[in-house]
Amino acid sequence: MDITELTVHELQEKLKSKEITITQITKSYIDRINEKETDVQAFVTTLTDEAMEQAKEIQNKLEEGEIKGEFAGIPIGIKDNMCTKGVKTTCSSKMLENFVAPYSATVIEKLDKENIINLGKLNMDEFAMGGSTEYSYFKKTKNPWNLNKVPGGSSGGSAAAVAANLVPWALGSDTGGSIRQPASFCGVVGLKPTYGLVSRYGLVAFASSLDQIGPITKDVRDCAMLLNLIVGHDEKDTTSVERPKVDYTKSLKNDIKGLKIGVPKEFFTEGINEEVKDALEKSIEKYKELGAEIEEFSLDIAKYSLATYYIIGCAEASSNLGRFDGIRYTYRTPEFKSLKELYKKSRSEGFGDEVKRRIILGTYVLSSGYYDAYYKKAQQVRTLVMNEFNKGFEKYDIILTPTSPTVAFDIGSKTNNPLEMYLADICTVSVNIAGLPGISIPCGVDKEGMPIGMQLIGNKFCEETILNAAYTFEQAIKFRENYKPEFKK
Amino acid sequence: MQVSKEEILHIANLADLNLEENEIEKYLENLQEILDFANIIKNAPTEDLDITIGANEAKNVFRKDEIKIFEDNESLLQNAIEPEKNMFKIPKVL
Repeated sequence: MDITELTVHELQEKLKSKEITITQITKSYIDRINEKETDVQAFVTTLTDEAMEQAKEIQNKLEEGEIKGEFAGIPIGIKDNMCTKGVKTTCSSKMLENFVAPYSATVIEKLDKENIINLGKLNMDEFAMGGSTEYSYFKKTKNPWNLNKVPGGSSGGSAAAVAANLVPWALGSDTGGSIRQPASFCGVVGLKPTYGLVSRYGLVAFASSLDQIGPITKDVRDCAMLLNLIVGHDEKDTTSVERPKVDYTKSLKNDIKGLKIGVPKEFFTEGINEEVKDALEKSIEKYKELGAEIEEFSLDIAKYSLATYYIIGCAEASSNLGRFDGIRYTYRTPEFKSLKELYKKSRSEGFGDEVKRRIILGTYVLSSGYYDAYYKKAQQVRTLVMNEFNKGFEKYDIILTPTSPTVAFDIGSKTNNPLEMYLADICTVSVNIAGLPGISIPCGVDKEGMPIGMQLIGNKFCEETILNAAYTFEQAIKFRENYKPEFKK
Repeated sequence: MQVSKEEILHIANLADLNLEENEIEKYLENLQEILDFANIIKNAPTEDLDITIGANEAKNVFRKDEIKIFEDNESLLQNAIEPEKNMFKIPKVL
């Protein structure tokens, strides 16, 4: 038995029946990282020695009866934009190359309380800006299904690490699709929760009104379990919401009879790859077989959403990234004559190309003379997008779309064309604009064997509905049993 | 809208960024292309629609203004580029 092939719920069963031990689990993952990380390049920082120490300690404490807990000793990987006390948090940027957070993000504290073991910090596009993880300052993560292809982004390290069995599950963050799109490219499950469900405290801010932390996992049950662990109101994040506690695993009923699914035709037209379209059409047929009621409808907001996303996202980023000034905890230029020069040189040398591009765009749309035409108009379009989704959810429980119009593309094929890279986000951004939950699950592979993702969008705080729909589909098509990453070179 | 070289230099200065001579052309071209695409929102039917600022209902959240001391100076100063006597040393401002 290869322990790293198992899902977290399978690990739990085997721990319970004493077939395996906690130290064995951590050891297996460390061996796997040693074997495959050179190919995949998913980590910015590995914590293998620390993890082994921690595993031994947890094992002892469990044996002594000092601690209990169904997640004690389960490893995880964390996207490198969530603060982890005492461990570097780089955001894959030269700007934060040496930054060690003096506190942990709320989600990390929640995992720590469960005695979950952090195997390391995972690669990403610098400051989460990008869709391929090629904009990392440190390295390019490879797609485990084909090492010449990107893993998606910005949580590309998280998705690739889960797909390659380097970690059993991981946390990512999603501002415009950064959990769902890499999950789709790497054939794993990724959920962006409703805005406000998970605390953003300790997540390095990109666009505060769009960012949300969520799980990237091997299957839907693991996704529901990790969601259970990270949700909850937090007084340190005033946008986090007080909700009654639910157990998301209870929503996995493997039954969707009567579920109303709306399919927006605009998401299946321009720019969508034929094989992606075919796979989605087959999935829709599968849902019909499973007893769902499917209807096509018009949700003509995709293009407006994308433009709005880049205006609002960059505007907020230009403000949020103002704090990186070379003074307190960031890269500082070695030579300067004045304070202004210190700021300008540190920022120009510390930020990568894409980050600078977005800061410039964001500053432009907020600047006098263009504010009304771009930023204010985009905020109105945001209302329009929300209204259109509301109309959809009056009729349907779920809205089904592709996660991305294409499968994973070749490394280097889009880095010279920023707009083309942006267009790849067309199916995911509207979900962030409206603050809705969205999950991506694998629904097939193309001729080259690259995974295809399907996105299920729910109404606000209806995570249970999309989780059950995803689970029921997963049980029917058994993607993980039929397809595995092959590390093609 | 056509963005000029002067304009992008002004914007970069507002954002505290230096653009090298060879970067100006590239950023100008990128910005122009993205703005041309973004102009699509001008056609969006938004008459009489309010603006939306956040994804949640906007409301003020209050809490007591209590001072909480963060005692772990060591881990704070670990990030200081030039720490001195338990302080962050910064360049002369005035």
